[in-house]
Amino acid sequence: MEFWTVLVNKFVEFWTELADQFNQAFITGDRWLLFTKGLGVTLLVTVFALVLGVFLGVFIAIIRTAHDQRQIGRSNPVLSVLNVICKIYITVIRGTPMMVQMLIMYFVIFASSRNMVGVAVLAFGINSGAYVSEIIRGGIMAVDVGQMEAGRSLGFGYASTMRLIIIPQAVKIILPALGNELITLLKETSIVTVIGLKDLVKQAIAVQAITYQPFMPLIGIAVIYLVLVMLLTWLFGRLERRLRTSER
Amino acid sequence: MSDNTLISVNDLKKYYNGDKIKALDGISAEINRGEVVVVIGPSGSGKSTFLRCLNLLEIPTFGHILFNGVDITDPKIDINLHRQKMGMVFQHFNLFPHMTVLKNMTAAPIRLLKNSKGQAEEQAMALLKRVGLEDRANAYPSQLSGGQKQRIAIIRALCMNPDVMLFDEPTSALDPEMVGEVLDVMKQLAREGMTMVVVTHEMGFAKEVASRVIFMDEGKIVEENEPVSMFENPQSERLKSFLAKVL
Repeated sequence: MEFWTVLVNKFVEFWTELADQFNQAFITGDRWLLFTKGLGVTLLVTVFALVLGVFLGVFIAIIRTAHDQRQIGRSNPVLSVLNVICKIYITVIRGTPMMVQMLIMYFVIFASSRNMVGVAVLAFGINSGAYVSEIIRGGIMAVDVGQMEAGRSLGFGYASTMRLIIIPQAVKIILPALGNELITLLKETSIVTVIGLKDLVKQAIAVQAITYQPFMPLIGIAVIYLVLVMLLTWLFGRLERRLRTSER
Repeated sequence: MSDNTLISVNDLKKYYNGDKIKALDGISAEINRGEVVVVIGPSGSGKSTFLRCLNLLEIPTFGHILFNGVDITDPKIDINLHRQKMGMVFQHFNLFPHMTVLKNMTAAPIRLLKNSKGQAEEQAMALLKRVGLEDRANAYPSQLSGGQKQRIAIIRALCMNPDVMLFDEPTSALDPEMVGEVLDVMKQLAREGMTMVVVTHEMGFAKEVASRVIFMDEGKIVEENEPVSMFENPQSERLKSFLAKVL
């Protein structure tokens, strides 16, 4: 009998403690507002960085493929120069840590700017662009060369063939990898903490500093990230299925 | 070069790796309006390269190609305009998998010839009817058999009202029982007076339909004649041994 009473008491105690911690982390002083603000910053940086990254990625991928697919004996000097610039960009961005790029961006290149969101979007957008460009290039290369030849033989120009025939097929190939990149980007934005931007992670650390209790804020943001990623995975899955059914 | 000449090829050369590989080593030929020229030869003889040079899918290293009197090897001309007049059919069909059959056929006429959608679709449906595939207009290529795909590929090219049709081994990727249906469409086309250049291994087709046969080997034209003399009275040793193997 004694044993069960102790067990029940311990159980109640544990949950009371947990509820108390939850209270302190999220309810007291409306601290949940800090988390929602942090979430807002995280999403803001992710979305704009993604837009910038995809824009840069498409641009670079088109230059790189146009250069690789140029006809022998019909070289274009402008394209060659752009291609070299793109290659250097991809090498540098993929060859250095995101954290270092972030710090250089904020403390060296934009040392005089205090617009942390702007700098973060730029740093992540430029970083993401390098990866997205290779994803897109891979997708374009994966489309059968016969498709380009068929388009050109009908009289379409290179750009029209790309737009009407190659890109629509490449998108389907690209989508899973692009979803992956978006998920990585969402989680990687936590690095903005190092320049002092108040994203989800920074806010959790702030709350921890007030309550001296790490458990609730950290587990809390882990759950938030997890839910967001699951949501994105689901969305991309739906999109893929919809694109695939158009061929059946 | 007479008025009747549609394509005139003059000393065409195509080298790869500098000049290590000579895929085409000085080809001169003329293709007249209404002619069906069949190009035969062993694999690696350069016959596909020759055909692909005609609409500049391969850029020749040397030589000139006159099409309708215009030198299309001149980098300054707009090759896209000339390609509209040269239909091409590939070994692997190359239909656009993300478009329906009808879209495959109407995309180029609508965008390049500025035909109205209704006009382009009417033309496409008439062609589909001719090859007996009018019920597949809204199907996607993945739902078609190889023979059906190739017939669609042929009429897709016809939608642009080309002056000449280039066929690059159109039956080589087909199951044997589907070869006939594709050859029938090509024969019909030949009877209607379409100018055709056909690279093929179908000697029966060459005998029956060709107005002229070109035999190529090692990047050169070895022999050129009308089909009966070509097959019954080959001159060169190379052609004799080739025919002995394939017939």
